[in-house]
Amino acid sequence: MTRSLILAGVGGQGTILASNILAEGLISLGYDVKMSEIHGMAQRGGSVNTQIRFGEKVYSPMIASGEADLLLAFEKIEAVRYLHYLKPGGILIVNDYEIYSTTVLTGQEKYPEEVLDKLKESIENHFVIDAAKIASSLGNIRAQNMVLLGAAVKRLGIMDANWQDIIKAYLPEKLHELNIKAFREGIKQV
Amino acid sequence: MKKIMTGNEAIARGAYEAGCKVAAAYPGTPSTEILENIATYKEIYSQWSVNEKVALEVAGGAAIAGARALCAMKHVGLNVAADPLFTLAYTGTNGGLVVVTADDPGLHSSQNEQDNRYYALHAKVPMLEPSDSQECLDYIKYAFQLSEEYDIPVLFRVTTRVCHSKSLVSLGPPQDVGIKEYKKDVKKYCMIPGFAKFRHPVLEEKLKKLQELSNQSPLNQIIWGDKRVGIITSGISYQHAREVMGDNASYLKIGMSFPLPEKLIREFAQSVESLYVIEENDPYIETFVKSLGISCIGKDAFPICGELNPEIVQKVLAPEKPRKSYNVDVEVPARPPVLCAGCPHRGVFYALSKYKDAAITGDIGCYSLGILPPLNATDTLICMGAGISAGIGFEKAFMQGEKGTKVFGVIGDSTFFHSGITSLIDAVYNRSKLAIVILDNRTTAMTGHQENPGTGKTLDCDAAPVIDIKEIVKAVGVKLDNIRVIDPYDLVQTQEAVKDAYEAEEPFVIIAKRPCALLKEVQRQRANQKCTINQEKCTKCKLCLRLGCPAISFKDGVMTIDEAACNGCTLCMQVCRFAAIERKCK
Repeated sequence: MTRSLILAGVGGQGTILASNILAEGLISLGYDVKMSEIHGMAQRGGSVNTQIRFGEKVYSPMIASGEADLLLAFEKIEAVRYLHYLKPGGILIVNDYEIYSTTVLTGQEKYPEEVLDKLKESIENHFVIDAAKIASSLGNIRAQNMVLLGAAVKRLGIMDANWQDIIKAYLPEKLHELNIKAFREGIKQV
Repeated sequence: MKKIMTGNEAIARGAYEAGCKVAAAYPGTPSTEILENIATYKEIYSQWSVNEKVALEVAGGAAIAGARALCAMKHVGLNVAADPLFTLAYTGTNGGLVVVTADDPGLHSSQNEQDNRYYALHAKVPMLEPSDSQECLDYIKYAFQLSEEYDIPVLFRVTTRVCHSKSLVSLGPPQDVGIKEYKKDVKKYCMIPGFAKFRHPVLEEKLKKLQELSNQSPLNQIIWGDKRVGIITSGISYQHAREVMGDNASYLKIGMSFPLPEKLIREFAQSVESLYVIEENDPYIETFVKSLGISCIGKDAFPICGELNPEIVQKVLAPEKPRKSYNVDVEVPARPPVLCAGCPHRGVFYALSKYKDAAITGDIGCYSLGILPPLNATDTLICMGAGISAGIGFEKAFMQGEKGTKVFGVIGDSTFFHSGITSLIDAVYNRSKLAIVILDNRTTAMTGHQENPGTGKTLDCDAAPVIDIKEIVKAVGVKLDNIRVIDPYDLVQTQEAVKDAYEAEEPFVIIAKRPCALLKEVQRQRANQKCTINQEKCTKCKLCLRLGCPAISFKDGVMTIDEAACNGCTLCMQVCRFAAIERKCK
């Protein structure tokens, strides 16, 4: 049985790093893994998403609508943007964090209100995490991706991988302690 | 050993395992990481070339001289490199020559969605199409063998989803094939008409043999499942089809897609009840299948435009399984890519945006983002180099219409080296009044900071001579009085230069020189430089928002600057009329 995940955020939030670590952990657990990401223009503050599929044998790296077992959103409106991928009963983990797009900054569009309330109302399996606040309190807001990763790992029931070593392999030594702490904080949140 | 790799990493690994000795490319999404990864294998000499044509000539020369050589480019790059490709098919290659074309169905980072499979047909070279990372590695090794065995360049066609998707790959040991002996043979390698006309029939003979090979090649294989549905497919489309249909269909998976395997297609078509062709973009396989008198369902059911995905395939092949999901009542604002906070291009576009009567011809790079609001400072974007040359055309057309509309041509530094220099010569030679802005951010930014002839470093980060853009502009014949080298963080200097350019009656060149804000050393140097808003002085006039800087926002009735994003470029400070923005050194 193939399971599908989608990580969605804004360029610069560390979604791709979190996805790489997640994929590496899944491989260490013996799964066949395929991961699809799009980079290029998306890096320049655009909307970014990574799709991960794992199971015994995976063919397509791409997720269909209503197929994702888990949507990990690094930003509130990105949760809504990619919500159609989440299958009924799937898990939504959303960062309580706003990043205004230029269309909002320049007044062409409005940043919607009550996003979290509306998400909570319709998705039974939701978890809202203030990852930015947690990461900031640990010393650097940029570690919010690890907080969210920790939460996803917990909810996916894939705690058995050696996450600590995998995180270390992807980051310079001076960032190890902060990121591992952030990851553990994330686990506690869900 | 198994490793998770992108298709691009696996192509590089495959080249290494195949004993490739020379590799050249010009960066272009989604192909860029192929050469970046090849550069990590020290056994391979690798280089950034100034453009794809040069890259293919370098690789082609290396192959004729006896080395296994690879050249990589994005799909539109092959338009630039088409010239050598067509004739290298005549000369043949001696050492193996593999040309990677990375197509971009869905236009994730491109100006068009061209289907480069037609290049194989057109240039008469065999083509391979892998569908995942393992196949990228395996097929590259096969491609080098094929190229040497048939003495012909091999086109290796991948797409964004193959290049940028990751999957598990088994690594093998490298093979040292050395460098083949080179023998001078003018009748084979000098394509004057008298020799070339004898090479054409040689090529046609090779194609006949390759046609036979295609029927027997392990790359073209039938996977039998339920014979009521037969699917002919290639590349990533195979993975989507297999995902959706599993054993409920039979597949003719095509890995060698030129020449197409005629016998195998006939055999497969006869064995299945209904035949589908699933392929992205153009009906390349479908047209061939139909030319054999075989009916099939292809583009009448699957779209030509855009990327395929399992969902689209399912809607056609298994529509009985509707998908459910969630929907919330939230209006989602668009999130287009933007010029970064501190981007040195911003000052130039802000200055240009004041000349609403001028036409601005743009080019390929981050500065294409200057098209979007609030800057709105570009009229056209076509291809590499057209920032200058299309500007010449604009200016000539306006002149013919007796309109004096000023035309600005905008181009980046790497793009200038790629194909802007010839355009600049054209402008000078033809006495164009075009005003050219070269946005020199000291790197190839959009594709992720590759070195170029102006940066003083090679692909390997070794020291290289710096090719000075100003010296080129001078040498081409632009008068010294008509050249300005400016710092685009200095708005007054930038506006003055743009004004002088606007008023000039001769070719005028502004070189806006300032390194990309995302370069690591720039980020380090400017880490403590920030701007902040003095709320007591701020009148909320929102003029600073017109810069389109993602660090500046108007939230809850307050104008704020996100200090994490700001790099203290001070443009906002310079546009503020109330001195409400201040420099803050942390």
